[in-house]
Amino acid sequence: MSIRGKAYIMGAYEHPLRDAPDKSTPQLHAECAKGALADAGLTKDDIDGYFCAGDAPGFGAMSMIDYMGLRNVRHMDSTETGGSSYLLHVGHAAQAIAEGKCKVALITLAGRPRQNKGGWGGGGAKPGQLSDGPPEAGYESIYGGSTHNTYGMCAMRHMHEYGTTSEQLAWIKVAASHHAQWNEHAFLKDVVTVEQVVNSRMISDPLHLLDCCVVTDGGGALIVVAPEIAKSLNRPKVKIMGAGESPKGPMGGRDLDLTHSGAVWSGPIAFGEAGVTPADIKYASIYDSFTITVLMQLEDLGFCKKGEGGKFVSDGNLISGVGKLPFNTDGGGLCNNHPTNRGGITKVIEAVRQLRGEAHPKVQVPNCDIALAHGTGGSLGVRHGAATLIMEREA
Amino acid sequence: MSDVQEAPAVMTRKIPAPAVTIESKPFWDAAAEGRFLIKRCNGCKQAHWYPRAICPFCFSEDTVWEESPGEGVIYTYSVMHRSPTGPYAIGYVTLNEGPAVMTNFVDVTPDGLSIGQKVKVRFQETEGGPPVPVFAPV
Repeated sequence: MSIRGKAYIMGAYEHPLRDAPDKSTPQLHAECAKGALADAGLTKDDIDGYFCAGDAPGFGAMSMIDYMGLRNVRHMDSTETGGSSYLLHVGHAAQAIAEGKCKVALITLAGRPRQNKGGWGGGGAKPGQLSDGPPEAGYESIYGGSTHNTYGMCAMRHMHEYGTTSEQLAWIKVAASHHAQWNEHAFLKDVVTVEQVVNSRMISDPLHLLDCCVVTDGGGALIVVAPEIAKSLNRPKVKIMGAGESPKGPMGGRDLDLTHSGAVWSGPIAFGEAGVTPADIKYASIYDSFTITVLMQLEDLGFCKKGEGGKFVSDGNLISGVGKLPFNTDGGGLCNNHPTNRGGITKVIEAVRQLRGEAHPKVQVPNCDIALAHGTGGSLGVRHGAATLIMEREA
Repeated sequence: MSDVQEAPAVMTRKIPAPAVTIESKPFWDAAAEGRFLIKRCNGCKQAHWYPRAICPFCFSEDTVWEESPGEGVIYTYSVMHRSPTGPYAIGYVTLNEGPAVMTNFVDVTPDGLSIGQKVKVRFQETEGGPPVPVFAPV
């Protein structure tokens, strides 16, 4: 197994400017991208992989993908190793292409240190000075957006389009709390009712206090190994079957749709690679920053039709031993843990416990052979990165 | 104690100075004159938001500033109650030109907003920076 001969560099472009007072850093990235595409004879919509490092302003690869309107990106990588990043990126792009994760990868570098006499970076300009930060910052961060109110915007629109109710969203918290009661480490261990959720204090319409995840310290770690190492270790084997990823953002603001997430793209890629369907999933770890996050992702992953998430999560359908799709049996971000406001790793950890048969006996799913973990990072209401992982227990 | 309930106050929110880049400077210079600009691409003729030097739809560098009346309808919103300075509303407006714009809704009570409601831009002063666009019901 090697990348040897599996990928080609077909476009290259060096920006002609050495002093760029009249162009922003994102603009320079885009001009470089445009130059390399023209050199290759390809167009922007051919790009399905994007790589950038710390010089790209904003949120990982997400701000530049959104700025450039790269609508078809299904593989992204913002590995940062300083000036060597772009060499690593070529290697990573070749790996991704060899694995079929993308076919046309764009790697960009750009910056304007001559315009930032104040030193490194340049996002934090003083009033009256020009900033060189994320392209969206001036137009967005001034409005007091937080996770609460930008996810609130999604819930509001979902309710408007599909008639989803606060009571339906509350069922998601209720299910998580039923699981958390058995987790000795859970931040919130008390079982709650739908009434308690909808009567809790309003945080940002229509999300109540109990629609929100907990804020906790802590962390987690994972070890992923080659098959021969797995065989040599005395632990149950959790085999990775498929993975999918996608960014989503306003990308110019045309046809804005806040009722779906990047899971509509990452999900089918992961299911396709794994060769399974939502009906095969015995347990699902679903990112639960808010109740609405779970509902939208379940729809987008195909566990139910778009707009029917409210009905799907009701009446305990997500409670292990009660409903059809046991979810977040550790109590999830809603009750157990959301270390440093990043819930992705705990989603994988509980899926591993379920596949190993090592979840709490009160929530262990019988014969749990195939599990899914899905996460959304950033904001569903603005721009985010979605990732879907499908795992199988190997006897 | 009075048994007469006070009418809910209209929402206002202090807005910090926006980060201005070399690319966004024309927008903020116009804002200082009370003019709301969007960008349109001469290549694909589409208007986009937030404004970019390169079109996010067709990648043409032929994008031009266009003055907009700043009229549209509320796509969605959320009133943030967890705020030490009182509730405020964030949301998106779908402009009549097409693109959706993130903003704050002002001069309206917390229960006075609805999806589909007609709104229009106005400018609000910031501390040490140019005024920023906010929207209010028409």
